[in-house]
Amino acid sequence: MIGTMLAEAWGALIANRLRSALTMLGMIIGVAAVILMLAIGGGVQKQVSDSISGLGSNLLIVTAGSSRQGPLSGGAGSGATLRIEDADAIARIENVVAAAPSTAVPAAQAVAGPVNWSTQVTGSVPAYFIVNEWTAGDGRVFSDREERAGARVAVIGQTVADKLFGANDPLGQMIRVKGVSLQVIGVMAKRGQGFGGQDRDDVIIVPLTTALRLLQGNAFRRSIRSISVSVSSAEALDQVERDITLLLRQLHRLKGDDQDDFSVANLTAITDTLSTTTRAISLLLAAIGSISLVVGGIGIMNIMLVSVTERTREIGIRMAIGASRAAVRLQFLLEALMLSLIGCGIGVAAGTGLAMLAGRAIGFDTAVTLYAVTVAFAVSASIGIFFGWWPATRASKLSPIEALRS
Amino acid sequence: MTALLNLVDVIKDYGSEAGTFRALHGVSLDVRAGEFMAIMGPSGSGKSTLMNIIGCLDTPTTGSYRFEGTDTATLSESALAKLRNAGIGFVFQQFNLLPRLSALANVALPMVYSGVSARDRATRAQVLLESVGLGDKPKSRPSQLSGGQQQRVAVARSLANDPQLLLADEPTGALDTKTGVEVLALFRALNADKGVTVVIVTHDPEVARATNRVVRIQDGRVFYDGPPTEAALYGHAEPEVTA
Repeated sequence: MIGTMLAEAWGALIANRLRSALTMLGMIIGVAAVILMLAIGGGVQKQVSDSISGLGSNLLIVTAGSSRQGPLSGGAGSGATLRIEDADAIARIENVVAAAPSTAVPAAQAVAGPVNWSTQVTGSVPAYFIVNEWTAGDGRVFSDREERAGARVAVIGQTVADKLFGANDPLGQMIRVKGVSLQVIGVMAKRGQGFGGQDRDDVIIVPLTTALRLLQGNAFRRSIRSISVSVSSAEALDQVERDITLLLRQLHRLKGDDQDDFSVANLTAITDTLSTTTRAISLLLAAIGSISLVVGGIGIMNIMLVSVTERTREIGIRMAIGASRAAVRLQFLLEALMLSLIGCGIGVAAGTGLAMLAGRAIGFDTAVTLYAVTVAFAVSASIGIFFGWWPATRASKLSPIEALRS
Repeated sequence: MTALLNLVDVIKDYGSEAGTFRALHGVSLDVRAGEFMAIMGPSGSGKSTLMNIIGCLDTPTTGSYRFEGTDTATLSESALAKLRNAGIGFVFQQFNLLPRLSALANVALPMVYSGVSARDRATRAQVLLESVGLGDKPKSRPSQLSGGQQQRVAVARSLANDPQLLLADEPTGALDTKTGVEVLALFRALNADKGVTVVIVTHDPEVARATNRVVRIQDGRVFYDGPPTEAALYGHAEPEVTA
């Protein structure tokens, strides 16, 4: 009997094609919006969590303070306030796994044979690779001994390898930075994009001592730009952050009301905030989609009421030949349900298509999950039943005599 | 043998803002299985109300109506729907076929509500269409059929669940004379061959003449109940109410 009633419901919708299609439009738009938003929200969250895992977990970054010349502030890291000794002291704090001081060689042009490429040159210690959870994809990273000796070696990112050496094997090749020849001993594993979309593989890492020698000017001789600190657990982050601040203030001989000449950033906290924000935004967008779903449901109710009025005679005939009130209600309920579910199906298809287009436009993966589709269908079915109930009940309560007379 | 239909002192009141209106003033009537009869009366006489009560579309205000011995007042709404579905076949003046459905689907519709399987429905509906001479038009929509053909589809539909009673409301009213005669002949044949009890509600003396018994309703009362004499058909008979 259900099969026959489904076929009849389909027949009723087909008999009013344009009206059925317009009625579904509300559901289509609502479902497409929800699907699209969930897909984009999911994509953003995936992007954020990828970035988090790419940063290394439980990471604190200590940055040198700004240089001051009278009232002018030079911006974070411009001052020569952090020293290698600071990193050694931080490494001894409880719950600190490793502390890697690093510095950057400004305006570095790397040259390999006839090719040159402007890139970021970072000087650091082997702990840097541990703290950043980054390993060599090819070759090796430099050792502590090489670092202390200021060995003329370099580890390069994938992008630099591609730009300078193309298809050739970079291992053992020489590159020149600021007139110094460095031997490539390793190519790092690919890391992809960072938060701002910067290419994290476009980098050359050299031993810190080597980098300091490359740097011009004695002012920077023993000073570094930042210290990456790896902490044993997420719970210890806050305590370690406080300990570092106290220790550095002490080492830098800052008095009670002096400003810190460094800053400590808790990246985990930042990424937490970011993912919370993206979740909130996608929830908001899903809420907007839900509103249009409700509006779509009201549209279905409206059309079903019209349909019941128009088909009063049909209802009377059905009742006269033996349809129970329950059967009449079921018939109209099925029509409402069919409207909402077909609308949902089209909406899911449209939303998936739009999500793919949006993903291509924004430049990251958008994934329509089975979960989102399931939720869309469940919500649509509920809406169909909820908003179909009243019209269907109204149809079932008609008096057969009155209905036949209409 | 008990009567198929048994009405005792049926009173029907309609309430409205202007007060109550009494459509039936105590109608008592017995119809035995296998009868072929007409209920006549001018408009406003109460014959439509009587038909609605007999067809279980409406219930008496007071008095009792028994169908095959069952007091319909004791039946629930869904039991009444079942009774309309399986016990009574309706034929209307305006045919009342569903325009969207084919002739075959229209005939099969009562069987949908009685739970017959789709295959058995189609088979039986085709047999019924053949029995009314429309075996070649199962796929036609009502709009593609003539009035007489539509009424024959409606008759086939009314027979779908083998009802005991065939209740026809002005079945020839929308047909030309010749087609009307054909439809009446169909009723006559069903009555004679299958023993279906036929009650035709009409104001047309020529229709009532074809039956064996005429019940004339006037002002909500049975005014005449007997054979279709000229006087009964044309409303000149003296009241001859049977007890």
